[in-house]
Amino acid sequence: MTGLTAAQPGMRVLQRNLWVYRRTWRGSIFTSFLTPILFLLAMGLGLGALVNQGAGAGGFGGVTYLAFLAPGLMAGSAMQTAAFESSFPIMARIQWRRNYEAMLATPLRVRDLLVGELGYIGFRLLTTAGVFFLVMLAFGVVRSPLAPLSVPAAVLTGYAFSPLIVAFSATQKGDTTGFNMLFRFVIMPLYLFSGSFFPIEQLPGALQALAWLTPLYNGVALTRGLVLGTAEPLTAMAHTAVLVAYAGLGLALARRNLGRRMVG
Amino acid sequence: MAAVPFAPVSHPSAASLISARGLTKRFGDFTAVDAIDFDVAPGESFGFLGPNGAGKTSTMRMIGCVSPISGGTLRVLGLDPAADGRRIRAQLGVVPQQDNLDTELTVRENLLIYARYFEIGGPDARRRADELLEFVQLADRAESEVEPLSGGLKRRLTIARALINEPTLILLDEPTTGLDPQARHLLWERLYQLKRRGATLVLTTHYMDEAEQLCDRLVVMDQAKIVAEGSPRELIERHVTREVLELRLPADDQAPLDGRFDGLEPLVERVEQRPDRVLLYTSDGEAAVERIHERGVRPESALIRRASLEDVFLRLTGRTLVD
Repeated sequence: MTGLTAAQPGMRVLQRNLWVYRRTWRGSIFTSFLTPILFLLAMGLGLGALVNQGAGAGGFGGVTYLAFLAPGLMAGSAMQTAAFESSFPIMARIQWRRNYEAMLATPLRVRDLLVGELGYIGFRLLTTAGVFFLVMLAFGVVRSPLAPLSVPAAVLTGYAFSPLIVAFSATQKGDTTGFNMLFRFVIMPLYLFSGSFFPIEQLPGALQALAWLTPLYNGVALTRGLVLGTAEPLTAMAHTAVLVAYAGLGLALARRNLGRRMVG
Repeated sequence: MAAVPFAPVSHPSAASLISARGLTKRFGDFTAVDAIDFDVAPGESFGFLGPNGAGKTSTMRMIGCVSPISGGTLRVLGLDPAADGRRIRAQLGVVPQQDNLDTELTVRENLLIYARYFEIGGPDARRRADELLEFVQLADRAESEVEPLSGGLKRRLTIARALINEPTLILLDEPTTGLDPQARHLLWERLYQLKRRGATLVLTTHYMDEAEQLCDRLVVMDQAKIVAEGSPRELIERHVTREVLELRLPADDQAPLDGRFDGLEPLVERVEQRPDRVLLYTSDGEAAVERIHERGVRPESALIRRASLEDVFLRLTGRTLVD
């Protein structure tokens, strides 16, 4: 009960974002829902036909390239949704539109803002991962009764990034240089090299070890294991633990940085 | 020029809505507010008058419980902002210096969501929103987006938003800066209505006419300190004369005063030379004009006006409010 009461003011911030989303959701359909599906079609089916011929059934653990790719894209899209929603819109509410200043003049506190924002980002992650899961069902790549757990796994993958990026956004001084760097040099390389599109065993040894440390690799491996039914309980728990650790670290930094930025 | 002493309130009433003693705000080595004392009583309109950078906004942010104090004590509504920020903010209405309306929502939604932040919901919020839209004369724009509204209309919506929780104390930081004269007058009229209904207003301004219109009592701030305190009338009586004779001298006559205005006491109490004019502080402007004519001074223009808070500020700091 106390937990609910503590979260309640943050729900007002979530509600505010949902009011805005009620008006803007159409614009998000393309980037959040259609783009990952187009990727799945183009690469999974189109490119996949060639890949399957070359690699044979053994190349992707006995599944087609489409089945290998789909859960990887699900986790990768979760990262991208989380990264986008935690960067520009947060900067806007800190500085460009000054929403947080207005909110902090009410009983709301910095922690309430974070609860509301992360609640909203959770909503975005849940809906995009949910739709993607339905698409995977339709394409027949789901092979495990545990597969629906891939939706919370993708949400957790997003949460491994979101608070960290909110923490980063709270340090940015209102221009987009930092965000451009973040997307070019962190998000895009992670998206390409964390095992979504090809197994990380293809990477040179040092990069493989690096990939193991990244949140996205752990998210991809967890999601894929659940969809394809190949998850080992211990490794799945290890992946989960890494994702939770990134989320926890991000949360602490986000609270500190946003507090410093807004209350001085 | 030495700071002019004034009598600080030595026995703050227990019912003060705001009470500050030695209130200080530092940012690193910079002292934005330097040990100021003041009290605000219920139902009072209290102003901070001073130029930009005097420390007015920092003071307001501390009262608004969004900026921790660096020293001294501060009580707002009898509570300590450091411990009871949420409870205090629940009873404040804040109009910030720079508009921060929610530009992704409509005019009415701005009020409704702000009500939600105060845990006011449902029919209560809708009733309050409608009343306030009437009060600030925005009812016909209720479904409009915020962005196309003029500066004056946005300010009115910001004021309506600040009233959504029926605040005990209303904080206004430079409420009419950047507005055209007509919009300013309409806003003053609305704020005056609030005052008549018994609201307690605390405002900052660097416009002396705004301070004269709205404040029962004010403090003059300069360089992080309070340099005078009183009602607009008291301040004028205490620090300057009743009338001011403003002389503009011909462009080729910009020589120093070289004694031309000396020895006019007691008729002229003080002479102030500004870059573009000479100000003679006097109890009788007409008589002063005659006297300088007798001395053969031929100004391009001579204007007699009532002394204002601007003159008080000039007297206390040697500078003007708006540069």
